Amino acid sequence: MSDCNLGSMPLRYRVTIDRDQCMECGRCVDNCSYGVFRQDGDKILINSRKCTACHRCITYCPRDAIMLAEHPCDYRSHPVWNQQVRESIYNQARTGKIILAGMGSVANLPVIFDRLMLDACQVTTPPTDPLREPVELRTYLGKKPSKLDFRQKANGDVELATELTPNLMIETPILLGHMSYGAISLNAHLAMARAAQEVGTFMGTGEGGLHPGLYPYQDRVIVQVASGRFGVNVDYLNRGAAIELKLGQGAKPGIGGHLTGEKVSKDVSKTRMIPQGSDAISPAPHHDIYGIEDLPQLVRSVKEATGWKKPIFAKIAAVNNNAENVAAVARSGVDAIAIDGFRGGTGAAPRVFRDHVGIPIEVAIATADKELRKQGLRNEVSLIACGSIRESADVMKAIALGADAVYIATAALAAMGCRVCGNCYQGLCPWGIATQRQDLVDRLNPDVASKQVANLIHAWTLEITELMGAAGITSIESLRGNRDRLRGYMLDAGLLDVLDVKPIGA
Amino acid sequence: MAKQITIDAKGVDCTSLNQQIREALKDGADEVVVNNVLGQRFIGDGLRGNATICVHGVAGGDLAMFMSGPTVVVHGNAEHAPGNTMDSGKVVIHGSAGDAVAHSMRGGKVFVRGDIGYRGGIHMKQYETQRPILVVGGSAQMFLGEYMAGGLLIVLGLDGVMKAREIGSGIHGGEIVVRGDVDDTCLAAGAKKVPLTDEDRARIVPVLREFAEDFGFDPEPLVNADYTRIVPASARPFAGKYTWE
Repeated sequence: MSDCNLGSMPLRYRVTIDRDQCMECGRCVDNCSYGVFRQDGDKILINSRKCTACHRCITYCPRDAIMLAEHPCDYRSHPVWNQQVRESIYNQARTGKIILAGMGSVANLPVIFDRLMLDACQVTTPPTDPLREPVELRTYLGKKPSKLDFRQKANGDVELATELTPNLMIETPILLGHMSYGAISLNAHLAMARAAQEVGTFMGTGEGGLHPGLYPYQDRVIVQVASGRFGVNVDYLNRGAAIELKLGQGAKPGIGGHLTGEKVSKDVSKTRMIPQGSDAISPAPHHDIYGIEDLPQLVRSVKEATGWKKPIFAKIAAVNNNAENVAAVARSGVDAIAIDGFRGGTGAAPRVFRDHVGIPIEVAIATADKELRKQGLRNEVSLIACGSIRESADVMKAIALGADAVYIATAALAAMGCRVCGNCYQGLCPWGIATQRQDLVDRLNPDVASKQVANLIHAWTLEITELMGAAGITSIESLRGNRDRLRGYMLDAGLLDVLDVKPIGA
Repeated sequence: MAKQITIDAKGVDCTSLNQQIREALKDGADEVVVNNVLGQRFIGDGLRGNATICVHGVAGGDLAMFMSGPTVVVHGNAEHAPGNTMDSGKVVIHGSAGDAVAHSMRGGKVFVRGDIGYRGGIHMKQYETQRPILVVGGSAQMFLGEYMAGGLLIVLGLDGVMKAREIGSGIHGGEIVVRGDVDDTCLAAGAKKVPLTDEDRARIVPVLREFAEDFGFDPEPLVNADYTRIVPASARPFAGKYTWE
């Protein structure tokens, strides 16, 4: 490149092989879809520049001969001009373009969840032993009536007069969040659908339509309607157990998305209902919603199309004025609101959005719950927290801050083997997750992967049961919004006030 | 023998009205006549089958949204987004229509005799045999065919000057055909003008004849008129904007 003097960047990763251990079996060559390894005679050659740290080679090396180091080349250390900032400048000086990146935020900001401590009972109240006493996690998502009316029948029996709106029943407050077929593979979708069925929860389709392979699990699927309306028709709407209107995404609030033509394979094109190889562009807004007064019209149009039989969710990104946004959406007639924090995942997002736009889910869920209660709307919608729910403690804390349930997505992918390497956009995922290349997709056995996802949810559910028992809480309703069971550790007074949580020691 | 059912929409809210229409179809009606419509929304929303629904009055927003099969004829105007995300079937509007007509429409036809508002045909898309068609007899406003990804959009300008500017912003599929000339300054980034070939004309003539027949006028002047065809400058309008981390 004669018109650029920047040359090659320092290696991001260095891959080495312990030649004493290596038996030249070639599994690394076969497994690496990025082309790091090459067999040359009886020696395996390495091109570290292609490495993404996906760990596929390390996982499949029978002799533990492969080692990987990140940033093997030091820059002059500098607290302001860090490596990432400098490399972005080199990239943009070379290309003049917006930098896209895979997966969620890498900004090194404090995680509020990690600074919230959970409570447990000691001498004043006894803990509950979940082995002996039931701890109820079953959750209903959707509108709850503000009051119940009853009428007496002629024979004296009493029956409910209030008409109830449809709810989704989940056995554990963990749902599998929306990732589209196209962004991830059919086998990944199948694995999540089967896991959802096994553990009694639901999975989201994302905005890529519903592949016929998922029809057997449609009662466990929440179908999504996004601004591109890909794969959306009346049949799709009626297959889902619920319908989610995607208004925003935590990884890239305020902008749309597009699946590049390379990923629109024959099967993906069928499901999205667009020609093979064409870009699938989702505009930033829904172009039939240009103001908050238009949202009720979209909500009602979907309810009309499905005979008012299905709960309608809306997903928004967590940004400034989150409480007002949530209250506005709650008045639009939706049954549940998913709020996606700024650490939410994505197949691809502009780096500048991923790392700089939005607010954390912990704050968003707490302010949403507080505002809805203030306005007397809390019973009108369920709240789903999403955007970097990493472990069972995060689920507990999100619920104690006011959520009804959580969406997990990156965690579910990790349960299938994903190493969060962030190269989803390359479409070469060696784990068969974020790819449409059939030989790679075939690596992910949906039976095996669904068991792993189900195991993860089961394990978290057990941990939540134990944590609740330890806190003397026997039903999830008693944990919801129960900020008294949280204490802030090294959080400032302003943030504690926003969260409505007391500091440790109080 | 075609079965006709008549519904009086006076004072009926939109959900009840749509339930009555669904009931009528369930009762085997081939034609449902809805009188005294005054802005009720979602008429024909998500309906399947091949019945005809005749609306007398002003239809509210999202007319025939998600519709798959039926024909809706409006003897009056229609509000915001008729034919929104429509799958198949036909909408014939004898008056004018509001903004975002045929928004994200993926199949079937929407014919509007009068004018339409802003963002007409926005994000229309096609797939295999499904190719949506929007024909406007009068004029369209700005952002006509924005983000268009497929299908055919025709504006005839029968009642005078065509007002659309910023035509085809972000268009990456499909075609916009406007009777007469379109000034270059009315085209948005991503759209380009090309001549209408004989092959193109042969493709749109059956649509023009059908439109003329539906509204009862002579198709011949339209069949022989001059047209400007507007298509995407690129199938990948955003391809040059991004680099990878």
